[in-house]
Amino acid sequence: MSTRDSHEDHVPDMDDAAPGQEVVNDREPIGGLTGYIIGFGLALLLTAASFAVVMTDLVYAPAVISALVVLAIAQMGVHLVFFLHLTTGPDNTNNALALAFGVFVVVLLVLGSIWIMSHLDHAMMPAHQMAPGGF
Amino acid sequence: MLGKLDLSAIPLDEPIPLVAALVVFLAAVGVLGWVTIRGWWPYLWREWITSVDHKRIGVMYIVLAALMLLRGFVDAIMMRTHQAATLFGPGYLPPDHYDQIFSAHGTIMIFFASMPFIIGLMNFVVPLQLGVRDMAFPTLNSVGFWLTASGALLVNLSLVIGEFARTGWLPYAPLSELDYSPGVGVDYYLWAIQISGVGTLFTGVNLVTTILKMRAPGLGYLRMPIFCWTSLASAMLIVAAFPILTATLAMLTLDRYLGFHFFTNAGGGNPMMFVNLIWAWGHPEVYILVLPAFGVFSEIFSTFSSKPLFGYRSMVAATLFICVVSFTVWLHHFFTMGAGANVNAAFGIATSIIAVGTGVKIYNWIFTMYGGRIRFDTPMLWALGFITTFTVGGMTGVLLAVPAADFVLHNSLFLVAHFHNVIISGVLFGSFAGYTFWFPKAFGFRLHEGWGKAAFWLTLAGFILVFAPLYLVGLEGMTRRLQRVPVEGWGPPLLVALLGVAVMMAGAACQIIQLVVSIRRRESLRDETGDPWDGRSLEWSTSSPPPAFNFARLPHVENEEPYWSVKQRSIEGQPLEAPDSYEPIEMPKRSATGFLTAFFATAIGFALIWHIWWLAILGFIGAYATFVVFAWRDEAEVEIPAEEVARIDRERLRVREAWYRRREEAA
Repeated sequence: MSTRDSHEDHVPDMDDAAPGQEVVNDREPIGGLTGYIIGFGLALLLTAASFAVVMTDLVYAPAVISALVVLAIAQMGVHLVFFLHLTTGPDNTNNALALAFGVFVVVLLVLGSIWIMSHLDHAMMPAHQMAPGGF
Repeated sequence: MLGKLDLSAIPLDEPIPLVAALVVFLAAVGVLGWVTIRGWWPYLWREWITSVDHKRIGVMYIVLAALMLLRGFVDAIMMRTHQAATLFGPGYLPPDHYDQIFSAHGTIMIFFASMPFIIGLMNFVVPLQLGVRDMAFPTLNSVGFWLTASGALLVNLSLVIGEFARTGWLPYAPLSELDYSPGVGVDYYLWAIQISGVGTLFTGVNLVTTILKMRAPGLGYLRMPIFCWTSLASAMLIVAAFPILTATLAMLTLDRYLGFHFFTNAGGGNPMMFVNLIWAWGHPEVYILVLPAFGVFSEIFSTFSSKPLFGYRSMVAATLFICVVSFTVWLHHFFTMGAGANVNAAFGIATSIIAVGTGVKIYNWIFTMYGGRIRFDTPMLWALGFITTFTVGGMTGVLLAVPAADFVLHNSLFLVAHFHNVIISGVLFGSFAGYTFWFPKAFGFRLHEGWGKAAFWLTLAGFILVFAPLYLVGLEGMTRRLQRVPVEGWGPPLLVALLGVAVMMAGAACQIIQLVVSIRRRESLRDETGDPWDGRSLEWSTSSPPPAFNFARLPHVENEEPYWSVKQRSIEGQPLEAPDSYEPIEMPKRSATGFLTAFFATAIGFALIWHIWWLAILGFIGAYATFVVFAWRDEAEVEIPAEEVARIDRERLRVREAWYRRREEAA
């Protein structure tokens, strides 16, 4: 796909950079190799923390699941910022909107399913009465 | 060696599938033989099979869709004739076979007829309307198409080798679990849908990127043609919803292949979760299909009323409203599963609200026609047929959105009549309208009007004749998918429906004849200007068929109807802007990646269905090798020299100028 006869080659327009076009975004606070190394470090740290939460008694047992959820969301945040280069800059409107739409759909699906299934639960046989492999 | 596959997989005791398969096989051998005798293989391979041109891929999508539409229609004819025959005897389809027929009908019509038709139209039209030269990822586009074709091939293979699912078009658990469906039918369904689903997801990503990132200079969001807006909404829904389908079917696959318990009765599984998840995809899917059809109708109402679209911005808003709200209504497909009054009421209200968006669109279309100079060409007839019948279907939908009413009508033929009423008048009429509307653009000659009008009237009449009686028997309590008819009073309406099918068959025949007649008379139906309908958006500004690069120079867009204003300027005496110099254009290089990936995907799917593990492994290796070879290629583009571009574009301008002069002399 050529953009030779459009103005884009001469005036880099961050809103309209072609997909796959390698653009170093100098408005990103931490770009380049430093960014990737910091991101990698944070991702490793959060992974290690998740294992630590499960395998040691550092965290109050009933709170383990909440802690894992928090760590998972933090992990997603690290990936979005350092690897997928999501920023709040004007050049990132499409990406931010896409993320917002995705999160919105996931929230609708997860909360909706939990709500629906909790109302349908009474129709299932209680788990302790079930024998695997038959009625 | 061959897993579960042996000679008993071929249903030698059932004459109907065998004869059908034999006919299809002979037809395929005939076509392939003819292509070989005429020496067309090199041309087909270079220009179509390995093409990454969005126009070619769009046309191939529509060819696939048309073939599958006929296949699904044959299933429909069998169901209607069988039900009518059971009024007088046992009928000719045993229950086992009848269940496969209605499952195949739904699966094929949704996944392999409607989806490819709509995606084909978007593929062909969107880059032209955006004023660009191809999709954002041309090779990915080709991969997407061939994976869809691979899925279609697997579904049709099940006709002869083994069996198809007997579970309906959505394989509800626990019926689709190994305990109750031990055969390969559900596996055929799973792998066919998974493979084509990946292709659909690729197309969705491609369209979103293309529309957000690759518009012609000056084509801001609120200057995009409405078809691009609805395609964007549809593609966003594909990207958001198809992963749900993939995940749900993957869980069912794990249940069937590796003994998991996601949707089983026992072992902590919950079959109701399958119903919940599949409809969380299934309802957005409805809008994935119908939104682009709405876009087609918007273009047609505006063009054939010779007016700009009424309420362009409210149309955009309504489209995005539907896009978002379509994720909040899925429970209305299973009100009767027993979630209780609170849940049912919430989803019932959301369902009624989503109809408001469609209502806005209906009024906008009516006001577009109001005060316009309406031309009743075939595309406009399909659009008018749509607006009248779709409104009835929409209103029966709002009726079914009331949970109390749904408890009476759930899974009755009233429901069947409702969704056929919206999907035939919405998606099918939209596809036919788009096909007639853009056919001259794709091939350079119009379709024959007389046969097109005959096809429209017969299809419309047949459609009403089939589904009006089904509404009636549905209200009387006849449920869907009945292999025999237990109540005598339902006989007469079913016979009327059978008559309707015969009329629709005549309509389909007219459409095939129309294509043949148009090809034979293409010289007299030639579209010289590239603008056969007095169009308003950019696709009509290039020649018919467009050159490989679509536009010699990317158009500069100044308002919502760029081509209309160009024509107005020209009519006012200013000549068309003819650039004095042209630059070479780089176009994406053709690639066999799509075809090879789909070849290996078919092998993987077939191997997994029949548990032929070595073949599955070979297929995976082949597909991965194809990807590696593609990733290592050095040259992704070919250059079209400036002289070639200049020659093609000057020819286009010459024809166009001559046409304007003729028009001026006539005036």
